[in-house]
Amino acid sequence: MQKKYIQWLLFILALLAVLLVVVFVSLASGEVKITFKNLSDVLADKNSIDYTVLTKIRFPRIVLAIAVGGALSLSGAILQGIYRNPLVEPYTLGISGGAALGVAIVLVSGIGLQSYFTLPFSGFIGALVTLFLVYTLSIRRAGLSMNSMLLIGVMVSFVASSAMMFLMSLSTSETVHNIVFWVMGSLDEPNSILIKVAFWSSVGGLFTSIFFARPLNALRLGEIKARHLGIDTGTTIKILFVLSSLLTGIAVSVAGVIGFVGLVIPHLIRLIIGNDYRVLLLGSFLGGAVFLVLSDTLARIVIAPNELPIGVITGLAGGLMFIIVLSRSGSKYKMK
Amino acid sequence: MNEFLKIKGFSCGYPGHFVLNEISFEIEKGHFVGIIGPNGSGKTTLFRGISGELPTLNGSIILNGQQTQKMSLREKAHNIAVVTQHIEVGNMTVEEYVIMGRIPYQRQFQFFETEEDMEIAGKYMNLTGISHLRNKNMNSLSGGEQQLAGIARALTQEPELLLLDEPTSHLDITHQVQILNLIQRLSEELSLTVLMIIHDLNLAGEYCDTLLMMQKGTLRKTGTPHEVLNYLDIEAVYDTVVITRTNPVSCKPVVFLVSEKTLKKE
Repeated sequence: MQKKYIQWLLFILALLAVLLVVVFVSLASGEVKITFKNLSDVLADKNSIDYTVLTKIRFPRIVLAIAVGGALSLSGAILQGIYRNPLVEPYTLGISGGAALGVAIVLVSGIGLQSYFTLPFSGFIGALVTLFLVYTLSIRRAGLSMNSMLLIGVMVSFVASSAMMFLMSLSTSETVHNIVFWVMGSLDEPNSILIKVAFWSSVGGLFTSIFFARPLNALRLGEIKARHLGIDTGTTIKILFVLSSLLTGIAVSVAGVIGFVGLVIPHLIRLIIGNDYRVLLLGSFLGGAVFLVLSDTLARIVIAPNELPIGVITGLAGGLMFIIVLSRSGSKYKMK
Repeated sequence: MNEFLKIKGFSCGYPGHFVLNEISFEIEKGHFVGIIGPNGSGKTTLFRGISGELPTLNGSIILNGQQTQKMSLREKAHNIAVVTQHIEVGNMTVEEYVIMGRIPYQRQFQFFETEEDMEIAGKYMNLTGISHLRNKNMNSLSGGEQQLAGIARALTQEPELLLLDEPTSHLDITHQVQILNLIQRLSEELSLTVLMIIHDLNLAGEYCDTLLMMQKGTLRKTGTPHEVLNYLDIEAVYDTVVITRTNPVSCKPVVFLVSEKTLKKE
């Protein structure tokens, strides 16, 4: 057992090291080349263009990628724990769509846009309402199959995107452009306060979630058995729902809909270190951060000087993995 | 009589569904008790009512002088451990699974298992004879081994009352006997009170100290295997013709079934 804890520690340290490397690579990549060697020069000359690019453009973007990637991946891991289903995540359950709808309503109506917290908050509310809806629909029959639950999620996504299209058809072309660009998913967020809000709330979410590692572990045996082990599953699930809605809502409000991060990363982390939530939650957060920083770097350089929507890269990676997992789930795949 | 588990006027059921009616019985500490009865007689409902999975509609369950319905989930988990028919096989090692039995004892924000937790889990893995499987994946175990792991996990909770839902169904006789011998031994050595649903009347008669015979949501009969397993009661409850005899070696009751064809010949 003690050996297990050392393994966990090494794993987390390794992930941190990878994150550090990826952050440096991302800082260095792009139109303006910045290398390790001239990094100190760049940092010394505060009036240079390189300095501005580094601190005003690349660094905030990386911080946002860490926040959003971590939040989405963590939210995925938590939802998988609650539903005991490896294929649920904010995107496949339609929660991202709900959050996007919440944000779109605010953008179109223009209510409260002067406050920095309005968009994250509306994303959170959208996510929470959707999650509540999906959960109510899925518990009406206990033991709903994995596929039906995913279908409900897909349908909820459709409803949300139809509602968004309806909203867009009512609004001006400028607003439509804003919404479309934002829905496609991008880490290009000029507002530094929003970046800070996103970063600290996702880190806060991570620390909160770790307190629930033990209940999540008990839930691996199912809700009834977790209760037999003295876990108040009702309260735990409610808190975790609010937490994952918060994480998703904030991620979506700053970066748009970025799919599949919560599917790909927790899945890989499970394969490497196992299903114990005590290491899985932190591992998923760090893994999600690495994945999104990397995806964003790719999105920036693949067709430079133009930029790919980041959702293209996460969608490709995630969609493929989704198909692989789903096709294996019929035979032997078990998470729990 | 030193009643350890006392059930008084207990009614319970699913909303708008099957309801157990006014069940009352008492069990002594360290007794190995079997719940028998046909499908739909209320065995599982009684089981779920006692474990707290279903809400009590009426009456009380008193365990060791304390009403279980008033206990917190944590307290309940200190007192009652449940082994279900299907052991949930997750992707985890046997040791990880067994040590989950310590969850009710761990503090809210305790992150790691203590030495004591490890020792207790180890002790019950030894006692159930699965120590050699500790690093195996639960998914790779046979049905019998999974049941043993389930029992080890339940014992790791160090409960006063162990509830077992048909632990021997789906198992061959080697494993049936292995599991029941183990439970009987545990019940004696740890003076653990065991309440077990069991379909096989012969196993129930051979192993249990007391039997509860359920019929249509009520308790038809309680007593020693000889008192409960007589052909009149069995025929009435199961609507099946049977012959009862006594096992010449163990002196416990044995139930024989007779086919329709044979009956016609007679």
